[in-house]
Amino acid sequence: MQLAVWTYEGPPHVGAMRVATGMKGVHYLLHSPQGDTYADLLFTMIERRDHRPPVTYTTFQARDLGKDTSQLFQDAALDSLERFKPDAMLVGASCTAELIQDDPAGLIEKMGLPIPVIPLELPSYQRKENWGAAETFYQIVRSLADKERTPSDREATGRRPLANLLGPTALGFRHRDDIVEITRLLDGLGVDVNVTAPMGATAADIARLGEADFNIVMYPEIGEMAADYLKRTFRQPMVKTVPIGIGATQDFVREVAEIAGVDPEPMLERNLSRMSWWSRSIDSNYLTGKRVFIFGDATHAVAAARIASEELGYKVCGFGCYNREFARDVRAAAKKYDVEPLITDDHLAVEKAIEEAQPELILGTQMERHIAKRFSLPCAVISAPVHVQDFPARFSPQMGFEGANVIFDDWVHPLVMGLEEHLLTMFRDDFEFSDEAGPSHLGHSILPGTGRGTVEDGGGAQAVRSDHQNKETTLPHVPLHQPAAGPPPHAGEDETIWTDEAMKELKKIPFFVRGKARRNTETYAAEHGVTTIELDTLYDAKAHYAK
Amino acid sequence: MPQGAAANGSDCAPVLKEKGQREVFCGLTGIIWLHRKIQDAFFLIVGSRTCAHLMQSAAGVMIFAEPRFGTAIMEERDLAGLADANEELDRIVNQLLERRPEIKTLFLVGSCPSEVIKLDLAKAAQRLGGQYAPNVRVLNYSGSGIETTFTEGEDACLASLVPEMPTLPEDAPKNLILVGSLPDIVEDQFMRLFAKIGIDNVASLPERSVDKLPGIGPNTHFLLAQPFLGDTGQRLLERGAKRIDALFPFGVEGTTDWLTAAATTFGIDAGHVAEVLLPYQERARRGLQHQRERLEGKTIFFMPDSQLEVPLARFLANEMGTVLTEVGTPYLHRTHLTKELEHMPPGVQLSEGQHVDKQLERVRATKPDLTVCGLGLANPLENEGLSTKWAIELVFSPIHGFDQAGDLAELFARPMRRRDVLKV
Repeated sequence: MQLAVWTYEGPPHVGAMRVATGMKGVHYLLHSPQGDTYADLLFTMIERRDHRPPVTYTTFQARDLGKDTSQLFQDAALDSLERFKPDAMLVGASCTAELIQDDPAGLIEKMGLPIPVIPLELPSYQRKENWGAAETFYQIVRSLADKERTPSDREATGRRPLANLLGPTALGFRHRDDIVEITRLLDGLGVDVNVTAPMGATAADIARLGEADFNIVMYPEIGEMAADYLKRTFRQPMVKTVPIGIGATQDFVREVAEIAGVDPEPMLERNLSRMSWWSRSIDSNYLTGKRVFIFGDATHAVAAARIASEELGYKVCGFGCYNREFARDVRAAAKKYDVEPLITDDHLAVEKAIEEAQPELILGTQMERHIAKRFSLPCAVISAPVHVQDFPARFSPQMGFEGANVIFDDWVHPLVMGLEEHLLTMFRDDFEFSDEAGPSHLGHSILPGTGRGTVEDGGGAQAVRSDHQNKETTLPHVPLHQPAAGPPPHAGEDETIWTDEAMKELKKIPFFVRGKARRNTETYAAEHGVTTIELDTLYDAKAHYAK
Repeated sequence: MPQGAAANGSDCAPVLKEKGQREVFCGLTGIIWLHRKIQDAFFLIVGSRTCAHLMQSAAGVMIFAEPRFGTAIMEERDLAGLADANEELDRIVNQLLERRPEIKTLFLVGSCPSEVIKLDLAKAAQRLGGQYAPNVRVLNYSGSGIETTFTEGEDACLASLVPEMPTLPEDAPKNLILVGSLPDIVEDQFMRLFAKIGIDNVASLPERSVDKLPGIGPNTHFLLAQPFLGDTGQRLLERGAKRIDALFPFGVEGTTDWLTAAATTFGIDAGHVAEVLLPYQERARRGLQHQRERLEGKTIFFMPDSQLEVPLARFLANEMGTVLTEVGTPYLHRTHLTKELEHMPPGVQLSEGQHVDKQLERVRATKPDLTVCGLGLANPLENEGLSTKWAIELVFSPIHGFDQAGDLAELFARPMRRRDVLKV
């Protein structure tokens, strides 16, 4: 058993739902108890889809268990066939149905339905959402891709090179917009899209996957298994670079151009993103060395680390992913940035690592947004799992040159900007520049009284305000890694004592670096056998850690 | 599901019984409000990744702090042998209590998979309770989707508390228990009202802390604040308490009846009660006035969700002039709803259970002005041009009592008002 408050991934059948919901004319028959229908709201509410996901749940109850749940399953199969008239049907079981062992695959085979039926084996107690999506997509491609289809003769027909885009699904992080951006980018290179799948594809589209010259794996977590199969079966080469960030997009353009036999230079020379200039502009100077903690799915995390480090000039101080299947990529990247990779699906372990790293910015998932809120740290979301607010109305891809522009904005705006940092240091007594006010462009970003992380001064006024807030929201703050009473005022870790004078000085340091300053000073004190931190200790430490 | 209760209310309109795909939450979701209400408790679901994902999807949009619930996610090896699963559960509980020493009551909550593999959580609760006594009380109930729908999870939880209630002596003075978790503000309002009426010995089930469970004895009377508490009511009766039959406290009519029924049971002069309630009733009617203009003559369709449907429909029909096209409920507890059914307009189409596709066909055929439905159905229906109201909002909002009557009506009026103002 694993203790979980939040989870990064849903069960594998939710992955299958993401594939089915992204496609057209494909229905998913899910053997499951009532209650599993909650998954519908992920699509209609979080993603704001205007149609119900194409899923029929058999909805068995306890009283059915003594009787014949397999009959229930077969009735639901016939009912959904008649009602929805799908072109193909996926059939599987959720975690509970897996335990009652009705064998949906065998049952459906006996029924001899007049449409293609794809049985799914998704072991709920071993695997998770991304794997479930990848396996489902792979099974669909294996069952429906027509092996007779091959690319038409390019020279004879004068056609442009053709690529399949593989991996986007319903409920994906910006998949909707990435498809548009990548299709546009390929068009600019002189490459056409044959099929985009699973998102938007019909069974007939899957049948003609073999007509493309090559495959582009947009999201390896979901598309790679199918792309491997297509490579083996249709000998279609695979583009594996994920075009998130300027550098990666340029690499992607070169890789596509090479496989497609087109010239990448005109596109690369046109410098299609504002991001590189925005990043070099003088205002961005303040971004230098900002310490950033990155956590998400492996693909987005690896891309984020490269952007953070090479394109924004941040320092990667924490880095990891939750999907172990792709941990190898994260480990390889971690070496480049000289950090210890964190591979875990326990969000409490991530919280602990963030607390220790004391970053100035978190790039994470919805879970890290929760954590950031607790620690009063700025945060931007880079990966699923996500929230309704991560499905924006506007066009906001992550991929391609436009994606790099979007990323620049998203990853820079949560921070205190440019010269304001200096003003904050200079005018600490100005009430509008106080800790409670936070960055002036984000009035709401600092939650007074979450009290830990960077806002760690144990100040009286702030503590009062925090109690007040807690009462209002009825969300009492429960420390995770500290005793409920908290440390006594002025006592640091390991019984280090701060003098009043030094503590007063510490509070003059802007909130967004204060946590780091405090930790550095205490580490310095511990290493130098100093038990009482004086004003001078603070500045000795500052000099010691200055770079 | 069926509570085997006597079918006292069988004289009401014919009920359409349906079975098929349901579009409701399972009982685990009750934890979302229970963990806020019962502040010294932690709810540990013994379940699958699906359960954890459900809680996250249902609660994740509302709760940003670490909640007082979690899931012990069963894995492959836990299914291999039940002995192992028990050891694993002990390890998780140990880990949890070490990390959260402030927990005073731990609910082990059964789920579909733990029910199917017959993991005996009652036994586990006993074992762990012995181990952690007296610091932590360990209780158990099932919130599984094969046993319960949505609000029945609260019923199962409260029912598990009934045996823990202290026994009052036979000569103890009359006491009153309000059963069903109410928002704190509403609970406080009711307490003030009961005091004004002249009933002082009032407690709630659940209280905000399990440590303060009300006592129960032959002189105990209870008032259900929620219609979905079938098992809890039954267990209270078995312990000798007496149920006060009343309308549920929605709207002026329901709240008046609920309070008056209690007053009558406690032998309080009817004239005095009427006098106390009059200003509250007048204020509530003022609050309802504007909404009545918006709701009168409008048609409404209730998809089955929380079992609140019948009393809410009664309120809308009688006080707002709303036309009921269909009132669906996951389960119709005839005993607890006898009075409600008597107060419904004649001939209303009631339906019990769910076949969601057939229901949606009826919604499309009747084109109601408003459809009350689950989260998964709302946007698709909006896309078809139908105004909807999330049923779950009615569970999460303060809607009981006089001072919330206007808010309750506003919840139904808002989607239509919005439809009128939008020009996009």
